[in-house]
Amino acid sequence: MTDFRMPSLGADMEAGTLVEWLVRPGDRVKRGNVVAVVETQKGAIDIEIFNDGVVSELVVPVGGRVPVGTVLARLAGPVTEPAMAPPQAAPVTPPPIPAAPAAVAGRPHITPVARRLAGEHGIDLQRLTGTGPDNAITLADVQAAVSSVASGATPRRRAGFDPAAMRQAIAAAMTRSKREIPHYYLSQTIDVSNALARIERLNRERPPPERILPAALFLRAIALAVAKTPELNGFWEEGRFRPGDGVHIGWATALRGGGLLAPAIRDANHRSLEELMASMRDLVLRARGSGLRSSELSDPTITVTSLGDRGAETVFPIIYPPQVAMVGIGRIVTRPWVVNGAIEPRPVVTLTLAADHRASDGHRGGLLLVEIDRLLQEADTL
Amino acid sequence: MNAGEARTLIVDVLASIAPEADFDRLPGGAVLRDELDLDSMDFLNFITFLHQKSGIDIPEADYPKLSTLDGAVSYLTR
Repeated sequence: MTDFRMPSLGADMEAGTLVEWLVRPGDRVKRGNVVAVVETQKGAIDIEIFNDGVVSELVVPVGGRVPVGTVLARLAGPVTEPAMAPPQAAPVTPPPIPAAPAAVAGRPHITPVARRLAGEHGIDLQRLTGTGPDNAITLADVQAAVSSVASGATPRRRAGFDPAAMRQAIAAAMTRSKREIPHYYLSQTIDVSNALARIERLNRERPPPERILPAALFLRAIALAVAKTPELNGFWEEGRFRPGDGVHIGWATALRGGGLLAPAIRDANHRSLEELMASMRDLVLRARGSGLRSSELSDPTITVTSLGDRGAETVFPIIYPPQVAMVGIGRIVTRPWVVNGAIEPRPVVTLTLAADHRASDGHRGGLLLVEIDRLLQEADTL
Repeated sequence: MNAGEARTLIVDVLASIAPEADFDRLPGGAVLRDELDLDSMDFLNFITFLHQKSGIDIPEADYPKLSTLDGAVSYLTR
């Protein structure tokens, strides 16, 4: 018997409200399945389960607001072989891969936008028949249900995100960061003419859906450099540094109407430029909608923030605890630059690093920025 | 595509990116990125959706021509 508890989706989360169960007692679940939707200060998040097993009891009912760590459900398991199976036949199976968050078998697939609409209108997903692929519930299905109950007395349930609550979450996390973390800051101004030339060449031959933004190339260089400086990639917990189990970059994404989220791009150093761009696009859409999964908020081992081409030249990041570093990307600007003894106009970007002095020293931090610079000079190899 | 259809398409696409905006009050000559607070990802999505819904290829070099509502309408109807 194992307990499934309200997860912590970041240092700033104290409690969450259970807005939807996607499983029922008796359902078989696998590690990585999305089993519930929880409303947090960061909006409605799909919650994944960490164990295989069979759901034996749902402890917290829909609508319950409980602190982090509270038992939400109980699982019997791990799943045992059927009694009829010969005992010696148990095959050696590889460990489960928690990658794709498939819906639990037998439960409704639903698109995030449809789920949000259903949540806003208090539509019970169990009563809907999906018409999408694999019987997925689509936006149209929910819209039909909404219009059919529009005149009735269906209770409304809000599952959006509340800017005031998000503000409080940011306030709590940043106050803790400034109070506890001895930040040091470094900056490096980098000539990005090679990087931009590569992007321009790539995009010239690509239709809009396949185009790459400069930020994706910067992110790739950062991910590769972070992999070489493990002291900057991980967590400061209980007085010591715990290295990350991979380079999972939290990509800071501003939300319209205020606030931000930094969901993880897992194993970013092993992703191609195209894969990183696809991940960024996907995360931005889902962060601004409501389709983020719990692991995406709790996994980042380092955060990267890019001010974009309408932002300021330089950002001085504040570390998101318990992480130990954050990299900032300023706006690309054209500046006089000395090339082979002569002054030329060049596009440059200022990269900054805020790092936790308890976990690393400025020397290591400097090596990170210098390595990013070196990689961007060889942008064609990225 | 005539100008009215182009305008409807553009506003639909922009509304999916900036749902809070009031497009009835958006001046045709206003710079969309500033007026609607679009970052580079938003603008790329704007171009991508226009491309997918109109079939028109929009090279990067032409992005400045689509910086305003009026500019985008004339680009799609040229």
